[in-house]
Amino acid sequence: MSDASSEGRAARQAPPPVLAARGLSFTHCGAPAPLFEDLSLRIGSGEFLGVLGPNGSGKSTLLRLLCGILSPDRGEVLLGDRPLGDFRPRERARLVGIVLQEARVLFNFTVLEVVLMGRAPYLGIWGMERAADFAAAREALRIADLQGMEERHLHELSSGERQRAMIARALAQEPRVLLLDEPTAFLDLRHSLEIYEILDRLNRGHGLTVVAVSHDLNLAARHASRLVLLDRGRLAADGPPSAVLTPGTIRRVYETEADVTLDPATGAPHVIPRAPCRDSSPTAC
Amino acid sequence: MPPLSARRLSLTLLLLAAVLVLTLGLCSSFGSSGYTLLDLLGAGPGGADGEPGGGAALAATMILRLRLPRLLMASIAGAALASTGAVFQAILRNPLADPYILGISGGAALGAFAATAAGLTALLPLLPVRAVAAFLGAALTVALIVALSSVRGRLASYPMLLVGVVTNTVYLAVILFIQTLVEMSRLRGLQLWMVGSIPTESYSTLAPLGALVLAGVAAMVLLGRDLNLMCAGEEAARSLGASVGRARIAAIILASLVTAAVVSVAGPIGFVGLIVPHAARLLFGPDHRLLVPASALCGAIFLSVADTAARTALAPTEIPVGVITALLGGPFFLWLYRSQRGSSYFE
Repeated sequence: MSDASSEGRAARQAPPPVLAARGLSFTHCGAPAPLFEDLSLRIGSGEFLGVLGPNGSGKSTLLRLLCGILSPDRGEVLLGDRPLGDFRPRERARLVGIVLQEARVLFNFTVLEVVLMGRAPYLGIWGMERAADFAAAREALRIADLQGMEERHLHELSSGERQRAMIARALAQEPRVLLLDEPTAFLDLRHSLEIYEILDRLNRGHGLTVVAVSHDLNLAARHASRLVLLDRGRLAADGPPSAVLTPGTIRRVYETEADVTLDPATGAPHVIPRAPCRDSSPTAC
Repeated sequence: MPPLSARRLSLTLLLLAAVLVLTLGLCSSFGSSGYTLLDLLGAGPGGADGEPGGGAALAATMILRLRLPRLLMASIAGAALASTGAVFQAILRNPLADPYILGISGGAALGAFAATAAGLTALLPLLPVRAVAAFLGAALTVALIVALSSVRGRLASYPMLLVGVVTNTVYLAVILFIQTLVEMSRLRGLQLWMVGSIPTESYSTLAPLGALVLAGVAAMVLLGRDLNLMCAGEEAARSLGASVGRARIAAIILASLVTAAVVSVAGPIGFVGLIVPHAARLLFGPDHRLLVPASALCGAIFLSVADTAARTALAPTEIPVGVITALLGGPFFLWLYRSQRGSSYFE
C-alpha cells in the first residue's frame, strides 16, 4: 500500500468509510513514548476487518480509540462524516458497539438483564425498558444462540456462553459497527469457531461492519475480508489476508519463521509457525 | 427474577413502605414504660401503673415525644446509610464499599470529636457545633479521597478504597490521641456517639434531615441506570453511553452529603451500609433503579428494629445500636461471602 496511485484506486473501489482514523497520536499515561503517531485507517461499511499484531502493538488501544472509550492526543476518529468527539455518548453508543475482553459483571445480574444494558443508550433518564427494547434484546440473544438462558445468572454460564452474552449485549445496541477485542481469548476450538460463525452471520447476513482484534492469525484470515497488521503502533500491512499474511511480514512483525499455505476449503492463507527468530534482527532469522 | 418493570418497581416500593409503617407502629409499642399504641388510642390497659385506659396522655408523651422521634431518626439514618452503601458499592465496583469503610463516617467522627475536645461545643452552646464539625470532617474526607484517587482527571476505584482504609486508621489514631490529651468529662456523650447511637431529636431537627435524605435518595435513584452499567466495568459503561466520570462525581457528592448529614447526628453506625444493600440485592435483584430506593426502605426498617432492640433488650441499660448492627451484620456478611464464593458476585 506504499504506492500512492494504487492506494488511490483502492480508496475509490472501497466502500464508503463508516469509521475512519485520521492522523491519530496517542500516548498511554506514564509511557515514555507515544504508541501511535499519525496513524490513519479507513474501515468501509460492511467490511469484516481483522486487526492483528504482537503483544503491545496497540490493537486493543486502537479499538478503544475507534469507539471513543479513549480519546486521541492528536488527530480524530470519524464516524460517517462526523468526528466521534461531536457525538453525545448515548448517540455514539447507538452506532458503535464494542465487546471487551472483560466478560464479567459484578453482582447477580441475569443474562437478560445484562443484554438489556445494551438498550441503555435508547432509554431516557426515567426510562424503563419497553416492549421494543425487550424484543431487541431477545433478538440479540437469538443471534448469539443464547435462547432459553435469559433467566440464568451470568456467572453460571461457561466462558463461551458468557462471551456470546457480551456479543448479544453489543448487538442489543443495534450498532452499525461492531468492535471486538480478542473475542476468542481463553476459548477452546469449538467455542472459538462458534463465535466466528456468529460474526460471519452478522457480517454477511445483516451487513454489519465487524472489526475484530485477534491473536489467532488463521481464524482471522479465514473469516475477515481484510486484515491490518500492527507493529509497535504502526500499520505494518493492510489488505486482503493473502497479501498481509506472508512469511516476510510474519518474520518482520512477529519475529517468527513461518510457512504460509492455502486452506484448501476456503482458499484463505494458513500460517504454520516454525520457530522464533534467534537473531535480534528479524530479517536475519 | 424477571427484569425490572415499572409495575414491579412501584409494587415493591409500596410494599416496603407499608412494612416500614407497620414496623414503626410496632416498634413504637416497645419500651420499658410499657405503653403501647393502644394506650395512645385510649383503648389499652395502660402503662406501667396499670391504670386502665387512663394512660393516654402519658402514652402520648412517651410514644409521640420520645419513641417516635427516635424511631424516625433511626429510619432516616438507616435509609441514608443503606442507600449510600448501595451507591458506593456500584461506583467503586466493590462489594465491601460503604461510607464506614471509605472513611467518610470516620471523618465525621473526627470532626465532632475535635470540635468537642477543643471546647467549641461548650463555647457556642446554642449552635449545632458538633453537627457542623462532623459534616465538615466528612466533606473534607471526600475532598481528600477525590483528590488522591484522581488519575488524569478521572476517579479510580481502587485507590479510593486504599485512601479510605488509610484515612480511617489515621482518624482513629487521632481520636485516641485526643482522648489521651483531653479530660474525659469534656468528651461526655461522645463515647456513645462514637459507636453509633440513635438520639431522640425534636421534630424540627428531623424534618430538614428527613427532607435532605429523601432528596438525596431521589437524586441517587436517577443515577440508577448508570450505576447498573458501571457494574459491567468502567470501559463497558462508557461504551454503552454512560457519562461515567460525571455520574461518578455526582454519586460521590450526593452519597457523601447524605452520609455526613446523618453521621453528624447519629454517629458512625457500621454495617448498615454494607449488609442492607446486599440483602436487598438478594431479595429484589441488582438493578439500581430499584435497589437504591429499596435499600433505603430496608435500611429504615432494619435500623428501626435494631434500635428498638438496643433500647429494650437490656432495659433500662441501653446497648449502642452500632453494637447490634455489627453483631447482626458481621455473621450475615460472612454467610453471604461463603454462599456466593466462586460466583462473580464478589469478584
